[in-house]
Amino acid sequence: MTFSQETEARFERLLSSYPEGRHRAALIPMLMYAQDEVGLVTQELKEEVARRCGVTPLQVDEVVGYYTMLRSKPMGKTHLQICTNISCLLRGGDKLWDQACHKLGIGHNEVTADGAVSLEEVECIGACSWAPAIQVNYDFRHNVTPDQLDKLMDQLRGAQ
Amino acid sequence: MLYNPPHPAETKILTRRFGLPNSESLDTYLANDGYKAFLKATGMTSEQIVDEVKISNLRGRGGAGFPAGMKWSFVPRQSPKPKYIVVNADESEPGTCKDRVLMENDPHQLIEGVLIAGKVIDAHRGWIYIRGEYRYLIDIMDRAIDEAYKNGYLGRNIRGTGFDFELSTHTGAGAYECGEESALLESLEGKRGIPRIRPPFPAVSGAFQCPTILNNVETFCAVPSIILHGGQKFADVGVPKAGGTRLLCLSGHINTPGVYEIPLGFPMMRAINELGGGMLGGRKLKAVVPGGSSCPILKAEECDINMDYDSMAKAKTMLGSGGMVVLDETTDMVQFALRIMRFYQHESCGWCIPCREGTLWLRKLLTRLNQGIGTSDDISMVRELAGNMLGRTFCPLGDAAAMPTISIVEKFRDEFEARLARPASSRMPAPGDLVSIA
Amino acid sequence: MSNPVNLTINGQPVQAPPGTLVIDAAKTVGIQIPAFCYYQGLSLQAACRMCLVDVEKAPKLLAACTLLVGEGMVVNTESPAVVKARKDMLEFLLSNHPLDCPVCDKGGECELQDMVFRYGAGESRFTEVKLHVDEKQWSPVVFFDAPRCILCYRCVRICDEGLGVKALGITNRGAYSEITPNMGTHLECDECGSCIDICPVGALTSGIYRYQTRPWEMEHVGTICTHCGDGCKTTLGVRNSEIIRGNNRDRSGINGEFLCIKGRYGFDFVNHQERLQSPLVRVDGKLEEASWSSALALVAAKFSSIESAGGKIGVVGSSRTTNEENFYLQKFVRQGLHSPHIDHRRSGDVAGLLDALSGKTGALAATADLYTANSLLVIGADLAQQHPFLAFQIRANWRHHQSRTYVVASGPVREDSFATRTVQAAPGTEMDALAGLADSLRAAGNLVIVFGDAVQGDAVRRLVDFGSGLGIPVKYLCLVDYSNSRGALDMGLAPDLLPGYRPAPETGMTVAQMLADKDLAALWVVGANPLEKTALASSSAFVVVQDLFLTETAQRADVIFPAASAYEKNGTVTNTCGEVQRLQKGLGVMGAKPDLDIFALLARHMRLNLGATQPDKIFEEIRASVSGYNVAPMVLATGGAALTNPVNGRVPQSAAAAIASSRDTLFTSGTLGRYSKILGNVMEAPGGLYQR
Repeated sequence: MTFSQETEARFERLLSSYPEGRHRAALIPMLMYAQDEVGLVTQELKEEVARRCGVTPLQVDEVVGYYTMLRSKPMGKTHLQICTNISCLLRGGDKLWDQACHKLGIGHNEVTADGAVSLEEVECIGACSWAPAIQVNYDFRHNVTPDQLDKLMDQLRGAQ
Repeated sequence: MLYNPPHPAETKILTRRFGLPNSESLDTYLANDGYKAFLKATGMTSEQIVDEVKISNLRGRGGAGFPAGMKWSFVPRQSPKPKYIVVNADESEPGTCKDRVLMENDPHQLIEGVLIAGKVIDAHRGWIYIRGEYRYLIDIMDRAIDEAYKNGYLGRNIRGTGFDFELSTHTGAGAYECGEESALLESLEGKRGIPRIRPPFPAVSGAFQCPTILNNVETFCAVPSIILHGGQKFADVGVPKAGGTRLLCLSGHINTPGVYEIPLGFPMMRAINELGGGMLGGRKLKAVVPGGSSCPILKAEECDINMDYDSMAKAKTMLGSGGMVVLDETTDMVQFALRIMRFYQHESCGWCIPCREGTLWLRKLLTRLNQGIGTSDDISMVRELAGNMLGRTFCPLGDAAAMPTISIVEKFRDEFEARLARPASSRMPAPGDLVSIA
Repeated sequence: MSNPVNLTINGQPVQAPPGTLVIDAAKTVGIQIPAFCYYQGLSLQAACRMCLVDVEKAPKLLAACTLLVGEGMVVNTESPAVVKARKDMLEFLLSNHPLDCPVCDKGGECELQDMVFRYGAGESRFTEVKLHVDEKQWSPVVFFDAPRCILCYRCVRICDEGLGVKALGITNRGAYSEITPNMGTHLECDECGSCIDICPVGALTSGIYRYQTRPWEMEHVGTICTHCGDGCKTTLGVRNSEIIRGNNRDRSGINGEFLCIKGRYGFDFVNHQERLQSPLVRVDGKLEEASWSSALALVAAKFSSIESAGGKIGVVGSSRTTNEENFYLQKFVRQGLHSPHIDHRRSGDVAGLLDALSGKTGALAATADLYTANSLLVIGADLAQQHPFLAFQIRANWRHHQSRTYVVASGPVREDSFATRTVQAAPGTEMDALAGLADSLRAAGNLVIVFGDAVQGDAVRRLVDFGSGLGIPVKYLCLVDYSNSRGALDMGLAPDLLPGYRPAPETGMTVAQMLADKDLAALWVVGANPLEKTALASSSAFVVVQDLFLTETAQRADVIFPAASAYEKNGTVTNTCGEVQRLQKGLGVMGAKPDLDIFALLARHMRLNLGATQPDKIFEEIRASVSGYNVAPMVLATGGAALTNPVNGRVPQSAAAAIASSRDTLFTSGTLGRYSKILGNVMEAPGGLYQR
């Protein structure tokens, strides 16, 4: 399995940044960066990363099952993450969540039929002072109003 | 850039460069005392540096509040193994968003703090463990690290001092538990984020089983100022036994939420009324989560309090991670308690029985009570089950789930009772409400 | 030794060496602290929180399984806070645990049941919906029912730390955490079933045992596994003359809790449909069922006439029959038939080793030595495949005592993963590889050398010379294949050796010579399959076979006697280390007879008086007459293993003796293994497991 030059360079840098014989340390970052490129952690990816980090595929499975950002199922082209934890809840994050579910017709960790958007109700993303907050893939959007969210979703679906 | 306009009530030490043009750049950093502390530290002995940190009364800013100088002094100096520095940038305690602004606005301050810690224990390698959701911060930190390497502030023979240090970022992948220091180390090593049995503590056996200094971003960020201006100057800012300033993340029902730098011992009501610009919509204060969701909640009448370690302990709560969430009179405390428990249930690593089973049971019970289904005994059972977790779990996550729950049930029991009395038609359970959000 | 630590547990003064865990210290004064995840010999978890105890001056309850004893420590394991904590912990544990005890295999021997019985509440307050996940089958022997799992990680640890297989892991998080097999949906592993036996609840169940019986309906018979030469105790669960399971949960044997797939599940050959149940006699070229008396009469007459005519009778004994049977058989052949031609398949050069050690004492390794030696040298043997218990011992020694292991092998072996050094040596060049290891070995202080058939004849002497040259205490272990391979040689099933390695007055033919002898008049094969790949040269030879199955050899027989298996008889066997242990009859068998009974009946038909025919009495004869077997009868009677101490002197070496291991894997066991369905059903490539 090969990756883009940029990702390969990142892997190389990763593997060189841990002590001798501790390649396993690169496992989680490598899975994250590889997932960014592939879209999900496939069986092939698991085996490839296992090989590069010197672990067994089972050890990769253990990690993939543990960390919520690592996924074995494909998400949408845009992954919309809405925080409903306490600070956002107090500022209407729960309502944004209901709004998104309703508008997109999908629920937690589901993907729209056209594969454009997936939704995730996330735990605190560290944007409490700018609540309610959402993440569009890795981008933060702060102080999100229902109107802004509505426009964003139209955009995402229109972009198809 | 994510920062608040300076507020007159703030004491800006860690955040003093925020708002400067290109505040994240090395040039701006150097033009504003950058790396002077490190160069000063290279002329000091390890003991002198640790003494300054001890004098500063700097306590860990991640939540536990352990004195940083003491933690550093636990690292065995004569270890034949390499030693490491690990930065905990896995900021995930609900209500907390301070490490984010520190890294975004002033990444070199963190790097300099790490270098000084490295100097203290003669470590030559470090990692900044950044939660996966903060990908853009990883990019910012990577750029700052590259810049530091290019200009000789990282790498071999830093600025001709003979000191070598390698630093890199390391991404997490979505797990609150990895904010716990030993779980973070497991995660750093490529494993599930399960806490380790302690002792040994990281100072003796940390990253890759080697002696390690592991502190929160804010703790490291405080170090350059302490070294540059002396520990006493930092200590003088705060209250006795806990020096300096800390970053307060204000959120919730207030007019001007934001991250503010205030001295230890700052009055909570001033934080709400001055920094926070008063209650949103002029509504009444109901309660405050003082330092992240794991802290016992304070009722409005308990909020006339100074925010320092001792005063908070007297009020049976904690300063925690600086995440102060303000709740007004409209807040549904049953829903609030449920939301907190949902979080801890979702984040429980599953290692030990009381946390794994307790959080799930409580989540189910609270979900039911939130729907108005249950009896008064069920409310008592919430209190009891949380108590059965408290102090018995493998790591502090169980306590973090139990403490706010106990305080909410005890202080707002009437709201739970009132919910049960609602007419049956208004308490239809939501289908799928018990389905995991895992 | 540093000074012991003094502490108080429940008011009792306790002394323990520094570094002792409180949970272990309590045990020394008879105080049991309950725990699920704590398991002696495996890494610490502190996960189940059942062992929380009150420690004076501690702000909260502490886990006794990770708490080291401290001078002056005052521990209370029964304070009201501790009692309540246990009860609460069990309440949490039962919240998602299905209460399907009536249909759970573990019911009656479940640690969770016992804990709740002793420490738990009588009623449940949990009224929410329980988590459910469907049961999964991971292999022919392993089933997993996740809801019953209490996540104590014992299975994960025994597989990783104990076996070195690492086939189990944990996936998901929190309450959804689940034990998971290495291949995602199924297991590829040793299929040893250790994970099942170590599981405190009914989460891991055995494909062989599940839903067969309630544990209290079985009789539990501790006997010795009939497969490899390691001599593991297996406890057979027998109900209505049927073996339902094998395990070793009482850990009373030399193997502790260890068993491999053969010891735990490989008993199923006893019920194989092709099991012989009646004597067969060849009539008009075809084998037909016959009565015992007519078959015995026929063989007796034939043997008598051949003997009186001076014809050569060759006898091939077994590596699985008992010492008593072997001792009696050689007597039968030498004194009754007056034939020197007796042998068995030899798989290791034990005679060569004894000869080379002539004059040395205490140089033979016992099983326990593999666990205590400072260093081990394994030459030309794939222990994980051929001697899984010895491999387990060596691994445990490394884990617990940081012993050093050195491997000289022609290919990868599992010990490589922790060996201090591995030297690759082509077959035949193993001895040349040793010189480079001498300095490291010498530094270790003491050493056990384990060698397979790669070292035989003159090489054994050179090996012992090498060991002696190190100048440190060295013990030796010569590997042999089957449950009584060692005993067969000790009992004189050899053309040149009488019992106790005394020289035979006349050297007879080896197995190979018998098969090649065109004039052989009769061949009597007891529990062996020499004609599996070799034809019998003598076309006119009268062939008598005693076996469980119609093997290749039996198909050539003129008369076949159906024999009982090791699980169907009493007697003793001697393992590869020379430790003698007692077989306990687990069940009776229809139609077949123990080989000893067949010998005795035949002797009576031939009007031979060869002495006692009861196992106990024969063993007395062995004790009195066979060098090294004068062991304490009580040790055997109580199910223990007694190390025999064979002749210390020169042993005649017959140059003609062929020595070759049959190189079984974990999933094969000579001819017998072919009749175990479970061994045939596992899908793993033998030997491939750790070579990926």
